[in-house]
Order: sequence, then C-alpha cells, then structure tokens
Amino acid sequence: MTACPEGDAPIGVIPPQRVLIAAERCKGCGLCVAVCPPEIMELGALNRLGYAVVGVTDQARCTSCTACALVCPEVAIIVLRPPRARQAPEGTK
Amino acid sequence: MKRTLMKGNEALAEAAIRAGCRAYFGYPITPQNEVPEYMARHMPKAGGVFVQAESEIAAINMVHGASGAGVRAMATTSSPGFSLMTEGLSYMIGSRLPCVVANVMRGGPGLGNIAPAQGDYFQVTRGLGHGDTHGIVLAPSTVQEIVDLMPVAFELAERYRLPVVIAADGILGQMMEPVTLPEPIVPPPPPDWATTGAVGTPRVISSIYLAPEDLERHILSLMKTYQEIREREQRWEAYRADDAEVLVVAYGTAARVVRTAVDRVRAQGVAAGMIRPITLWPFPTTAFERSPRRWLVVELSAGQMVEDVRLALSGRSPVGFYGRVGGIVPSPMEVSEAIRSAVVGEGVKT
Amino acid sequence: MSKDMVEVTARPRSLVDVPLHYCPGCTHGIIHRLVAEAIDSLGIRERTIGVASVGCSVFIYNYFDVDFQQAPHGRAPAVATGIKRVLPDRVVFTYQGDGDLASIGTAEILHAAARGERITVIFVNNAIYGMTGGQMAPTTLPEMTTTTTPYGRDVRQAGAALRVVELLAGIDGVAYAAREAVTSPARIHRARRAVEAAFRAQLEDRGLGIVELLSTCPVNWKLPPVEAIAWCEANMIPAFPLGVLKDTSGSRK
Repeated sequence: MTACPEGDAPIGVIPPQRVLIAAERCKGCGLCVAVCPPEIMELGALNRLGYAVVGVTDQARCTSCTACALVCPEVAIIVLRPPRARQAPEGTK
Repeated sequence: MKRTLMKGNEALAEAAIRAGCRAYFGYPITPQNEVPEYMARHMPKAGGVFVQAESEIAAINMVHGASGAGVRAMATTSSPGFSLMTEGLSYMIGSRLPCVVANVMRGGPGLGNIAPAQGDYFQVTRGLGHGDTHGIVLAPSTVQEIVDLMPVAFELAERYRLPVVIAADGILGQMMEPVTLPEPIVPPPPPDWATTGAVGTPRVISSIYLAPEDLERHILSLMKTYQEIREREQRWEAYRADDAEVLVVAYGTAARVVRTAVDRVRAQGVAAGMIRPITLWPFPTTAFERSPRRWLVVELSAGQMVEDVRLALSGRSPVGFYGRVGGIVPSPMEVSEAIRSAVVGEGVKT
Repeated sequence: MSKDMVEVTARPRSLVDVPLHYCPGCTHGIIHRLVAEAIDSLGIRERTIGVASVGCSVFIYNYFDVDFQQAPHGRAPAVATGIKRVLPDRVVFTYQGDGDLASIGTAEILHAAARGERITVIFVNNAIYGMTGGQMAPTTLPEMTTTTTPYGRDVRQAGAALRVVELLAGIDGVAYAAREAVTSPARIHRARRAVEAAFRAQLEDRGLGIVELLSTCPVNWKLPPVEAIAWCEANMIPAFPLGVLKDTSGSRK
C-alpha cells in the first residue's frame, strides 16, 4: 500500500482541506466537535447570525471519517478525501 | 334518456360518478348511509377510489389529498359529521382546493335525531370552518335537482377552487322520485397545480402564510373570488312570484311544502308566491328586489335563513318567520295558515 | 479546495440548498437529510409527494425538492391516503412529530396502518412539543419537566409515555416498523437504513412503513445540544427500545 501522498508533502505545503464548513449555515451546536475522533474541531469566530462557527484545528489529522458531516443538522459540512492511489487494495476505506 | 326511480342518496352518488367524481371518502351516519354504500358498489366499477374512512375528520382530509392530487373528490355526511369536516374545509379553502361535500341535514344540535332538518344553514353559509371562509352552497329541492346540480357543483368547485356544499336533508336523501340521469362525462385531467410528483419545480399546496402581509394578500384574493361568486353564481327559483302580495322564502324540503301551500292559498284567493333560493351562498339577494306586501320565511330550523332575507331586504319590509324544529316537517295546511296569517298582518309565532 | 480531492459526503439532491430554520442542534436537520438520501438512492424524487404536518417541521416543504401538501394537525396519514389512493404509482410519505402523530393524530395513523396504506411515515419523537414552546407530549417520560408538567410528569395524573411503534407493529397492515435514534454517527447509519426500508415497504407494495426516530429538543429540554444528545441516549433509548419491530420483507436490513 502506498503511503498517503500527504505523508510525502515537503515542509511548508498546506495539507489539503478534508473538511469544508459552510460558515453562514453553522449554528455552533457543537455536535461535530463532540463526535470528532481526533478531536480536531473547535467553535470559533461568530458568523453573521451570531453563531460561533466550527473550524478544523488540524486538517492533517483528519481521516475523512465523516462523523462530523453525519451529525451536522445544517448539512453544513462537506468531507473530502485525497484520491486513492491505483494499487490500493480492495476494501480500504 | 330513461327515467328511473331512485332514492335521493343513491341518485346523489350516481350523479357524482357521472359528473366525473373518481374519489369518494365517507363515514357512516344516518340519514346518508346509502351514499357510501352505493359508492362502495359503484365507484370501483367506474375506476375510482372508495374508502370508508375512520371518521369524518379523516374523510375530509382524504378529500384534501385526492383533490390536491388533481382528482374530482367528494365526501358526504350529516350534520354532526359536518361539524367535524369544517376543520378540513377551512384548510381546503385556505389551500384553494376544489371538492364537493354533501350535508344531508338532520335534527340537532348535538346528536339530535335522524329526522330531517335545516339547522345547519348558519354552519354552511356563515363560514366553512375558521377564518374568512366561504364555499358555494347548493340547495336542491327534488331528487332530479340533486342530479342536475351535481355536475354544476364540480364545475363551480374547480372554476373557483373552493369547496361546494350540497345542503340536502334527510327527506331528500331518503325519498324516491323519478329521475333522468345525464350521460357520464370523462373526468378532466389534473390541473397544473396538482401534486402529482415534481418533474421540474415542486408544487406546494398549503394554507400557511406566516407573515401577516402575505396572509392579508391571500385573503384579499379569496375575497375577490367571493365577490365574483356573489355577482355571477346566485341561483334561485321564483314561483308564482310576479304578482304575489305575500312572498314565501324557503329552500330544500321546506320549499316543497311551501309550493303546495302557495297553490292552496292561491286557490283560496290569496296572491302568494315563493322565492326558492338554490344557492344558499351566495345568497340570491337579486331575487329580493321586489316589494310584496308581506314576506314570510319558512324553515326547518329556529330561524337561520330568515336573517339573510332580512339583510337582503335591508329593512325595507317586515319579515315573518314560520319554522318547525326537531325533525318535524310542517304540513301544507300549517304553512297555508301561516301564509294567511302573514297576509292579515298578525305576524306568526314560532 | 484542491481539485484532486474526492467528495465523500455531499448534499443530497432532494434537499434544497437553503438554510434550515430549526434550533441549533435540532435533529430535524439530520433526519431531513436521511429522508432526502433515501429518496435519492431509491431514485424516486420526481414521483414522490410529501405530506407536511404541524410542528416544528411545518415548513418542511421548503427543504425538499418534491411536491408537498400541508395537512392539518394530525391528519397527514389521511391526506396521504387520499393522494396514494388516487396516484398509486407515486411515492407518498408523511413527516410527523410526537404531538401530530401520537396525540391528535392517533386515529389517522392507526387506521392508515389498519388499512395497510402504502405510505411511509417518518415519526420524529423528541418527547416534547417543540413548536408550541415545550408542553408535554404523549411520549414525554415520567418525571420529565415540561411547561404543562412543571413538577415533573406524574404518571397518576398524566399517564406514562406512549410507545407508538410497538402499538403499530401489531397491526397487520404494517409492513415495516422500526425505531432508531440519531444520536451518534453509527445510529445515524442505522437510521438511514431504516428510513430506506420504510420506503421499500411502499415500493414493494407490502404495506405501511414507519420509522420512529428518537430525537432531541435542546431549547425545550433546556440543555445545550451536545448534552441533549447525551440525555436522549441515557433516558430515551432505555424507555423506547431501538430496533426493527416488524419487517415483512423477509430480510432484516
């Protein structure tokens, strides 16, 4: 299995964003913060409606598990992953 | 076309099917049980839907669903069941849905009895449920008229996108008279606004207008429709009215008795006539642009339509009232006496 | 966004891209998404007609790209019956809260079930009346404080909580009855499968399909959303057992 390309990223390259948050839809409910396994989500600055919008503190530690998107009642989270390398074995998620 | 002897309730059902009704929802209640029973036998044969609902509340809501899906839908009931339907009727008016509902009126209030009455006049004309509601109300007086008014009912319902109520009573429902049935028509296709599955922009049928300005706009539009109806859809019969010194106002079964009474007193030299509203709403105010010496209203109630007659006359003349309640139908003799008393000016106590 | 990245999650096609009006942390949003995903994966959007009920979800028709009729409080199963009977090849679903379905609408849901209507019922149970400000619901738990049980629900005065899917599962006309919760990612996956199965009961012409989904009401429970989730897990799941109570499909999904 080839290593995730990110592991080969040279120092100084920003890791690709795996979690995209629609800031103006977020209501700061915190459900995603509570379910994130590596605990890399945190409520932060207020949006136009006065809600504390969630942000990802460390995209590099995200595994695209989608727990956040699953629990988000606003459908405000899109989860991405890097494309799989061709030789990845079947059944790898 | 063949003339056939039919019971009022059954003629109502058959006429509805011939008028393109393809969905019937009802609940057993005397004196209209023959309607759901007839529909159970015949609606499936016509390719339509029959459901005995669990209550009149459910029935009118099934009508809402079917009508919203673009199908000619009908429910029937009697007075206590009509009370239950008024919630659903209000929603249908707010959502601008057509339908036909027949109320085969019986003695009330409460459980009352199963004898014929006209005690729901206020209920059907003042407003069909909460809000600024109105639906056209048709009042047949013979079984043939039930049959003749049925296609009219569905057309008016669709033209104005409102419920049409057929205000009958237990006698009309139970009596048997010869009728000529019309040829069946093909039901029209679903209108554009019907919820048949969104290919394109979805359709929403709702009576919710949360912002007061929006609800006001919606009601003003309803009021415009009501005004159109008042101007265009008044229906009545004038019987021996042109030279009448005393005009008797009656509808439905009461009008049958009055017709006989008018003939009796005419034979005795009293110039009586009848104005028979066929639409209870819009009330046929045009028919009251006359000036006989006396007006007399005859109803099977404690006096409900009499208020509309007084309003229509705007205080121009006094209006007498003769009524029987509890399911009692007055005889032509009684009504003749009442007419004669009205002419003499004694006034009539009820 | 890097153009190499692949979407793992996406907004369902049937869910309109507009803000939802629900309170922060309200699970209606999750359930709306599950229903939209089911509609998409079954490919039925253009022939689906929803029936909105009365409760916080009264404006659901703004959020789905499907035809909708608005029903009076409790009457959605009757309205759905009217639609389905005249359009039997369309897919008809209702979306109802615990007041709508288990209080004022008990006759309508029971008889739609008795008739085996081929409709799908999404029943959102958060044990309280949300829209009207937090009164007792038929599913309010004993001792629970609401605005009409300010001293806690007293079973002697107000009865105990009603377990609805158990009642309905006993009716022959019900082809699928399940209860899940939406209080964790794993439960949400199970809930989605239950919602799909409830639609399949209709598509396979087997009978009525109902999914009861245990939900939260942070504002009226007076708990922050995350604590409301925990409260639901700790108190509602024991009172309203999860699982598939009835499934006539011959395969438990």
